[in-house]
Amino acid sequence: MTLISGRGLRLRFGSIPALVDVDIDLWPGEVLAIVGESGSGKTTLLNVLSGRQAPDAGTVVYTDPQGQPHDVHTMPAPVLRTLHRSDWGFVHQDPRQSLRMNVSAGGNVGERLMARGARHYDHIRAQAIDWLEQVEIDADRVDDLPRTFSGGMLQRLQIARTLVTHPRLVFMDEPTGGLDVSVQARLLDLIRTLVARLGIAAVLVTHDIAVARLLAHRIAVMQRGRIVETGLTDQVLDDPQHAYTQLLVSSVLQA
Amino acid sequence: MLRTESLAKTFTLHLRGGMQLAVLAGIDLEVQAGQCVVLSGPSGAGKSTLMRSLYGNYRAEAGRILVRHGDEMIDIARAEPRVVLAVRHATLGYVSQFLRVVPRVSTLDIVAEPLASRGIAVDAARAQAAALLLRLNIPRRLHGIPPATFSGGEQQRVNLARGFIAAHPILLLDEPTASLDAENSAVVVSMIAEAKACGTAIIAICHDAAVRDAIADRLFPLTPIREAA
Amino acid sequence: MTEGYNFAYLDEQTKRMIRRALLKAVAIPGHQVPFGSREMPLPYGWGTGGIQVTASILGAEDVLKVIDQGADDTTNAVSIRRFFARTAGVATTTKTAEATVIQTRHRIPEKALREDQIIVYQVPQPEPLFRLEPSRVETRRMHGLADYGLMHVKLYEDIARFGQISIAYDYPVLVNQRYLMSPSPIPAFDNPKLDRMPALQLFGAGREKRIYAVPPWTSVQSLDFDDHPFRAINAPHPCGLCGATDSFLDEVVTDDQGGRLFVCSDTDHCAERRDGGHVGTEGVA
Repeated sequence: MTLISGRGLRLRFGSIPALVDVDIDLWPGEVLAIVGESGSGKTTLLNVLSGRQAPDAGTVVYTDPQGQPHDVHTMPAPVLRTLHRSDWGFVHQDPRQSLRMNVSAGGNVGERLMARGARHYDHIRAQAIDWLEQVEIDADRVDDLPRTFSGGMLQRLQIARTLVTHPRLVFMDEPTGGLDVSVQARLLDLIRTLVARLGIAAVLVTHDIAVARLLAHRIAVMQRGRIVETGLTDQVLDDPQHAYTQLLVSSVLQA
Repeated sequence: MLRTESLAKTFTLHLRGGMQLAVLAGIDLEVQAGQCVVLSGPSGAGKSTLMRSLYGNYRAEAGRILVRHGDEMIDIARAEPRVVLAVRHATLGYVSQFLRVVPRVSTLDIVAEPLASRGIAVDAARAQAAALLLRLNIPRRLHGIPPATFSGGEQQRVNLARGFIAAHPILLLDEPTASLDAENSAVVVSMIAEAKACGTAIIAICHDAAVRDAIADRLFPLTPIREAA
Repeated sequence: MTEGYNFAYLDEQTKRMIRRALLKAVAIPGHQVPFGSREMPLPYGWGTGGIQVTASILGAEDVLKVIDQGADDTTNAVSIRRFFARTAGVATTTKTAEATVIQTRHRIPEKALREDQIIVYQVPQPEPLFRLEPSRVETRRMHGLADYGLMHVKLYEDIARFGQISIAYDYPVLVNQRYLMSPSPIPAFDNPKLDRMPALQLFGAGREKRIYAVPPWTSVQSLDFDDHPFRAINAPHPCGLCGATDSFLDEVVTDDQGGRLFVCSDTDHCAERRDGGHVGTEGVA
């Protein structure tokens, strides 16, 4: 059974088609990369799948751990919000969008636990420290404010904050964008390891094909709001069928 | 273990005005358990393309690629991506010519990863990985270092260790000894012989005549397709 | 009673509007109900919300007590008491037991209140999430969905930084296991009195134009952690005048030599005990 699946998704911003008849499925434990150039509709698709933006037409269905299907865009707001703070996670390109900059690292990681009803300080703190270590932040930074952290550390803190509730599904919007190459490599390795170890399914939006190759099982290529090609990551990248994918792949500089 | 039926592969180069490049046509290949088939033919005959198609890396647009996966026969050419991934995970191993791995991960963990991903305890997986690396003459002092700075031969041996450790029932080997000296080639030949003895079906590309003669039960000749247009 | 004013100063339409807001507030314990706060003849921050609530519920037979930080004799308390004596002609008292309506700024009387009494709190800032989440749209959504993890983040931060929850007053509470509520800036010491109080509790915020309420016998829980339970903080002394050990104490500086005295903040309570013969170390029999 699919974890989340979009059918016939359409959305226009004025005269600009952002999504055109998009069908998309994600299976449990699968990492799906959505690639394409800026303005191709990647981030819009991510927002529509995660219920943050309503489509003009089409449905998004999420299957809960009990196997019950839920229409993401007709479910009551409290249910969607509960999903977003427990079963789901969202990793933004800019960690400042989701972190609380005036709350300590430990408080940031613990917030989702407390939102879910955790009321034992020592347990919350122990889990926060455990997660800081998992994302390679020193445990003695637990009481420091995020504003004292570097860009890479902020992104890792956001990942700890997101994964602390062991979500089944994580949406990631350019998680390595805006970081130095060396920092990127470390972060990619971290995401790859955590996602594999925890069996998390993820929808990953990126314009960086190398990131998609490293993290994703499957790729969907978007152009002007349409998915023009989808398949196994290495197959799409090594044997692209669609003209646009061939252009995209051949445009990557070889290091 | 693996059988292809009328397999064909044509590349369409949209950036070259939709030029059609036929590489494979009417391929019927069959490999039994414990057998090693070596693909032969001149450069450009499509040996690597066939190998990549068998692995699902290239999309075969006609014909079937049937692989015994557990009790089922799976058609790699038509299977859902996640089925192909499951087949690769459990059944179908591939050792490419070049090592392509995540930066920053140690050699030992790269080799142990296929075992660890099957739920084997990290320590046990690392112990097996270390033994295999030592057998391939990668000294212990290199195990903790990412292989990015290794020589070509060392990288290939790391790649071979990673490919052999999981004991896939079917193994695809693309030039397994190309950058190796005689001593290390001999190790690889003996590893292939052992795998065959355990019932592994092997398909290989191998230009080194001595190695080919040592491992091949049968050759599968490929010839370049003459362009029709 | 001074001529020329409507009973209890506000016009009847306004009082009706406020009563409707009060009814709604009582029906949804802890929920902030907006109301059309009027200009009052005293500045914001002096109890305009409390006065409007009191004016709306006051009847001719009521007996009014007004306290400011527990005291009946400070400017604010005296002014408001005199205001209603003039505009409504109601009887006033300083005795907790005799009052039917008690308007308070920042304290709850020590003597337990009864079912036939109403306590009206003056509230400067009704939104408990005010300092944590700047967006009102977002705080409303959080109340709507009972999404109060953020309040616990604040408590977590306190313990991480100071080793304990360092909120001494306006300590956040959960009403009827549903709405997060500011109890107004009463000391945390008074929080246990909110819980299952027999009297009706009404809260008015004039500048912020919000009314909320806790009906009699309603559960009011102070937020805490299992391993850092809520504790009422008080000075570790008996009252210097009456010797009480169970009342909330004010510290009074008595000279410039570092001399100081701890006395009951509830002046009526202290006087009543002294009348009953209790004497503290600094008191006169």
